[in-house]
Amino acid sequence: MNQRQKEEYLREYSILKSEGKPFFPYAVAKDAAMACIVMAIIITLSILFGAELGPKVNPTSTTYVPRPDWYFFFLFELLRITKPPSLTGLATVGIPTLGMILLFLLPFFDRSPERRPERRPVAMFTLVFVVGAMAFLTYDGATIGTPTALEIKTPKAVIAQGAAAVAKFEAGRLGVAQSGCEACHDIAGNGNPGPGPELTHIGARVPEEAIARTLDNPIAPMPSFRHLPNAKFEAIIYFLSQLK
Amino acid sequence: MPKLPAPPVPAALKEAPPRPDEPRTETGAIETAKQAGTTVIDWIDERTSLSGTGRWLMFRKVPKGTNWAYTLGSATLFAFLSQAVTGVFLAMYYRPSATGGAYESVRQITTGVFLGQFVQGMHLWGASVMIVLVFLHMGRTFLYGAYKYPRELTWVIGVVLLILTMVMALTGYLLPFDQRAYWATVVATNITGTGPIVGPYLADFLRGGPEFTTTTLSRFYAIHMLVVPGAMIALIGAHLYLVSKLGTTAPPWRRAHRESPFDTVEA
Repeated sequence: MNQRQKEEYLREYSILKSEGKPFFPYAVAKDAAMACIVMAIIITLSILFGAELGPKVNPTSTTYVPRPDWYFFFLFELLRITKPPSLTGLATVGIPTLGMILLFLLPFFDRSPERRPERRPVAMFTLVFVVGAMAFLTYDGATIGTPTALEIKTPKAVIAQGAAAVAKFEAGRLGVAQSGCEACHDIAGNGNPGPGPELTHIGARVPEEAIARTLDNPIAPMPSFRHLPNAKFEAIIYFLSQLK
Repeated sequence: MPKLPAPPVPAALKEAPPRPDEPRTETGAIETAKQAGTTVIDWIDERTSLSGTGRWLMFRKVPKGTNWAYTLGSATLFAFLSQAVTGVFLAMYYRPSATGGAYESVRQITTGVFLGQFVQGMHLWGASVMIVLVFLHMGRTFLYGAYKYPRELTWVIGVVLLILTMVMALTGYLLPFDQRAYWATVVATNITGTGPIVGPYLADFLRGGPEFTTTTLSRFYAIHMLVVPGAMIALIGAHLYLVSKLGTTAPPWRRAHRESPFDTVEA
């Protein structure tokens, strides 16, 4: 904006302002009505959903899967869908920091005097894109079963065995995700590379009975999974044995 | 007794002038009592000269076309005040001790204290409501181009307030000290540690050392209770001063109809 545009704006604004109504009581009345609505929403949410307190903190547990509050889901989901380790820093720090800097400097790089949304196509496109991306990531983060859910396609060999086998495979995949195996094992790009061995092709290297024996009576520091319900335990063994 | 000049209230709210058939006002004890409010305000105004500021603040004009979207800012402020009040009540019962007390005191608030669960629920859900309102307020500002000249500084302060609101949400998440709170905070501080240059130092500062210890909870409590709210109150004050000084924008499609009074002054 150059000096002429600035003065034009100030002149136009002073007329609009002089045509307006006093803040009190007109704007104050609207603000008060809005405050009542906000209060009603907060009270309703509190009565309907209350405040739940989870289990007491246990720093030694290794299977607990942390989740942020819903308004951080977009960041959390951004991190989750960023698979290559080299890009993790970009998702955790890079993109949020860049977004914040751009937000800060917005009035300094968008200096056009135009204010009408229909005449600011770049700004409106950015708005729709950012809101859409955040809404999508929030929705995705909210609907995901568990943040460590395994992304492994059901092998063709399992599909060929029929619907029952596919169901068992999927139950096993969920079981593995819920049991926190990825904390120590890499499974086809999911989870951590150590300290446990990679399980991507475990079914090809180790027979099914050996997998069952290891899960029942493992070598420390791996915990035993014999306390799991029988169906879940067998589904996990089946799932792992099919990873070839 | 000096009288304050009448504020420009709408005609409906104005007191009707005395009718000729009504008796003249007396200067008796009852009349003095009736004037007590004005007397007190006069007394304060004589020493502070605040009445001018008050009139400037309350009777400034808002431009034509101001709609309901303009209430989002004050709604955010109201959500902040609600958080402050419920937060004070929670602080009366909360014990920021990691070794024994934090979790139990929250349990005590939800089960033992009168209306405790209700107030804690209001604080928890008020955070969500406030974040939604902050984003809607920012969206309105962006859509209307209200961040442009002369309101750039108001926008920048607003962005700082947005970040501080997120910091409040993050630090408050740890305080119940249950499993979810603990592990989410471990992840959050670890992510902070991966930041460039200042990241590791910031993470160490937040945790009070290289590892998550009993000090961490006290730090988060102090940040959540004192540091960030103090900064937010100061910045909200600056934000509101600028809003009052510069005036709220008119909707961008609104154009002035009559000529400017300055046009006739021009030689």
